[in-house]
Amino acid sequence: MNLPDLIIDSIGRSTANVFSTMLGVQIYSGEVTIEHGTPDANDGVLSFIGVAGAWTGTGSLTCSPALACRMCSRMLMTEFAAVDEEVLDAVAELTNMIIGNVKSDLEQHLGPLGLSIPTVVFGRNFKTKSAGSTEWIVVRFPWEEEVLLVKLCLAPKEEAAHAIPHAAVQACALEV
Amino acid sequence: MESDILVVDDSAAIRKILQRVLRQTGMAIRTIYEAGDGQEALERLKAGKVDLVLLDINMPKMDGLQLLASIRASTQWRDIPVVMITTEGGEAKVGEAVKLGAAGYVRKPFTTDQIKEKLTGILEPVLPL
Repeated sequence: MNLPDLIIDSIGRSTANVFSTMLGVQIYSGEVTIEHGTPDANDGVLSFIGVAGAWTGTGSLTCSPALACRMCSRMLMTEFAAVDEEVLDAVAELTNMIIGNVKSDLEQHLGPLGLSIPTVVFGRNFKTKSAGSTEWIVVRFPWEEEVLLVKLCLAPKEEAAHAIPHAAVQACALEV
Repeated sequence: MESDILVVDDSAAIRKILQRVLRQTGMAIRTIYEAGDGQEALERLKAGKVDLVLLDINMPKMDGLQLLASIRASTQWRDIPVVMITTEGGEAKVGEAVKLGAAGYVRKPFTTDQIKEKLTGILEPVLPL
């Protein structure tokens, strides 16, 4: 199995495992795409976490505010109608668990990797940009008419010296 | 005897889930304290009796391995069992935690049964009436 297939397989298993264990929800991976360069503007909640070692990159979760609230409600067994600190914290922890488990899978092939503390952005019409030329593997998880995107970009260290993305707000202030 | 537990994790969501899961284990638990990082945990340990620490590894300010080293270096706290609860499945971090004296290790995501299994032998079960 080549690296992209390993990553796609690992994201699928890890996301399904985290959702089933922590949210009591069965979720399955759908369409998989490869993104190059700067993606379109985002709306909603974006959480990302850095991966470092001989290979470096970033993992991220992207979803609508409604889906973020639904995930948090299932996780904490409390109803959340709007995105607040608790919802953002829950999305950050889901990112930590999903990408953390992918990282553990990949360590068997790529050697030891480290994980940063996750960062969450919530707003409208914001763009993200990777300073390096990176390729993102994007796995979609449909759930009750919404879609969760789980993304990972990873490259050997010398090729991805500046691959950690930063969120740049283009059209409106961040709402956190 | 009922135990006092300290849950150390930078995620409020995980602390809340562990509060619920610990109550579901059927173990004799009196108080569950929370700390969001290693520094806060040290303050809580200084404040009074703790029988068990559940500890995340990746945290800001002072991470779980640094806190574990501090606990083991203290004459007052070195016998408190510490169970690591973390996404870190890598041999390096787990090996370091074991070397530092962690009593066990549970990987996130976790189930109530996994937490219960790990705490059996460390905490006492609730005795039937």
